[in-house]
Amino acid sequence: MKKEWPLWEVFIRSKSGLHHKHVGSLHAADAEMAIEHARDVYTRRNEGVSIWVVESKYITASDPADADPLFEPAKDKVYRHPTFYNLPDEVKHM
Amino acid sequence: MQTHDLEKNFQQKIDAEVKIEPKDWMPDAYRKNLIRQISQHAHSEVVGMLPEGNWITRAPSLRRKLILMAKVQDEAGHGLYLYSAAETLGAGRDDLVMDLLNGKAKYSSIFNYPTLTWADIGAIGWLVDGAAIMNQVMLTRTSYGPYARAMVRICKEESFHQRQGYEIMLTLAKGSPEQKAMAQDALDRWWWPSLMMFGPHDSESTHSEQSMKWKIKRKSNDELRQAFVDATVPQAELIGLKVPDPDLKWNEKRGHYDFGEINWNEFWNVVKGRGPCNKQRLDARRNAWENGAWVREAAMAYAEKKAARRMKQAGEEAA
Amino acid sequence: MNTDAALQRYLLQLGDNALILGHRLAEWCGHAPEMEIDMALTNMALDLTGQARALYQRLAELEGKGRTEDDIAYLRDAREFYNCLLVEQPNGDFAHSMARQFFFDAYNYALHKNLTQSSDEWLAGFATKALKEITYHLRFSSEWVLRLGDGTETSREKMQKAVDDLWMWRHEPNILSEAEEVLAKTGVIPHPDAIKAESEQKVADILTKATLTIPTDDWAQKGGKTGLHTEYLGYILAEMQFLQRAYPGLEW
Repeated sequence: MKKEWPLWEVFIRSKSGLHHKHVGSLHAADAEMAIEHARDVYTRRNEGVSIWVVESKYITASDPADADPLFEPAKDKVYRHPTFYNLPDEVKHM
Repeated sequence: MQTHDLEKNFQQKIDAEVKIEPKDWMPDAYRKNLIRQISQHAHSEVVGMLPEGNWITRAPSLRRKLILMAKVQDEAGHGLYLYSAAETLGAGRDDLVMDLLNGKAKYSSIFNYPTLTWADIGAIGWLVDGAAIMNQVMLTRTSYGPYARAMVRICKEESFHQRQGYEIMLTLAKGSPEQKAMAQDALDRWWWPSLMMFGPHDSESTHSEQSMKWKIKRKSNDELRQAFVDATVPQAELIGLKVPDPDLKWNEKRGHYDFGEINWNEFWNVVKGRGPCNKQRLDARRNAWENGAWVREAAMAYAEKKAARRMKQAGEEAA
Repeated sequence: MNTDAALQRYLLQLGDNALILGHRLAEWCGHAPEMEIDMALTNMALDLTGQARALYQRLAELEGKGRTEDDIAYLRDAREFYNCLLVEQPNGDFAHSMARQFFFDAYNYALHKNLTQSSDEWLAGFATKALKEITYHLRFSSEWVLRLGDGTETSREKMQKAVDDLWMWRHEPNILSEAEEVLAKTGVIPHPDAIKAESEQKVADILTKATLTIPTDDWAQKGGKTGLHTEYLGYILAEMQFLQRAYPGLEW
């Protein structure tokens, strides 16, 4: 019986108030071990205050071939951005 | 899309400095080349723990002991970051490790030389890490996203590695006559193998041209080697050590140091397994792997039992 | 033994435990069953060596004889080391290393938790910092005792053997030295019964949960706290102190 420890993706919150950010992966037999390994592998220099781990097989990624239909349509919606609007200079903060 | 178009697209992205990411289409040869290079790099980090790890229990002060442990541990970490990057290309870590243990995969030949005295720890940090950094800084801009990101992290962490090595050399060089001799001897033994780390001359290098086109590599072996010599020679002079190369001379016209020819015979011998420690290093990794098998299996078995118990408990609660 | 002398001796006991166990853990570096485990063991070795350093620095300050942390670590012979015998036992297989670690951590955790209340301000501060590290060590070693005990047939056998082999070294930390007797009376260190009860409970809980048999022979092998060691310590020191002994009085 030869079974590799499953692969886990690691996400670290670098300080309170920020999002968790993907930092890499590692191998562990279970979730507890994955958290501990993440601590030893990815936070040796004080890089984190919180860790998420998820087994890599549970991550669904978008297909790069779908990139156009998924993301192109957002590109011309310029009216969603504040700079689209012309306001008189007198209005200082809006 | 036809393969031809896909390839054209791919090269256009590379030329436009757009990073390639795991799920993007890539030529098989690019994938294979990357897996080879990244795993070789990962193996080097892991095998590289051995010559230095060898001195942790003998470090001459508690401060040096802590620094050395942290450094060798970083190398394990860097090995892991790199295996991670290789795994995004569909390679399994265990398979890559098996390739190393079977002698199929290569690792940096420098680690097949022995660490004989404490000064070797200084020389490795200063020269071997120094040479590695030349290569790694270039690789932070490599075309494959996960590899580049791993290298950014590695470079950030390694910035202390070379400094601690040079600090050891500096301390020895201004120490007692025995210490100074120890430092010079280490430089004598590690200088040429460090130059060999950059690999064969560009004209002899099999993977170089394609790797440059794909921007996996961005500088040639000889360019990097020259940069290393130029950076390191003044550092040796500063602490009063002599680089063991009678042909070494500043060339005003080129703006670079000229240096002697590497003993390529020795290089190829060590690559082919005839270095002083090839067998010892591989045996150490094989032992760790084989003696650890029951531990890894036990952890898996325990995880499965625990998951089953949890399922059963959830089932009972639902019922 | 007066209180000052007792405190100095006690700092050595703590420091030597940390230094020697750190040394043993560091021997795993590059050879552990999996790379992630390699990093975890080295992290613990770093914690322990860092603790030893702090304790030796404090001792040097208190004794005021101009010794440095390195003089204390590198220039004493085996008879002047006061670590408990458990920590100098060889690594053996991974089960042995984890049993050793777990027995020591169970004691060390209970000890430091109580030491945070020490009447000695420095010691209380040290314990507060060290406790965070030791809490993690105990978690790591307990989990591995569970995994190996309740893992496969092979791992269970190996874990049981490790527990049996190391059992007689396990009690010494809880048997008071002269220095500890003095310090316990003055509130510098906690009352030993509290530590003993807590660590015994932890050991019993984890071994039971790990489906292991708790050995019944309670013979305690001791001597470390008076400088009477096993033969292993001499080899550890020969290796550790080699450079300082071969080239005396130099900067490194």
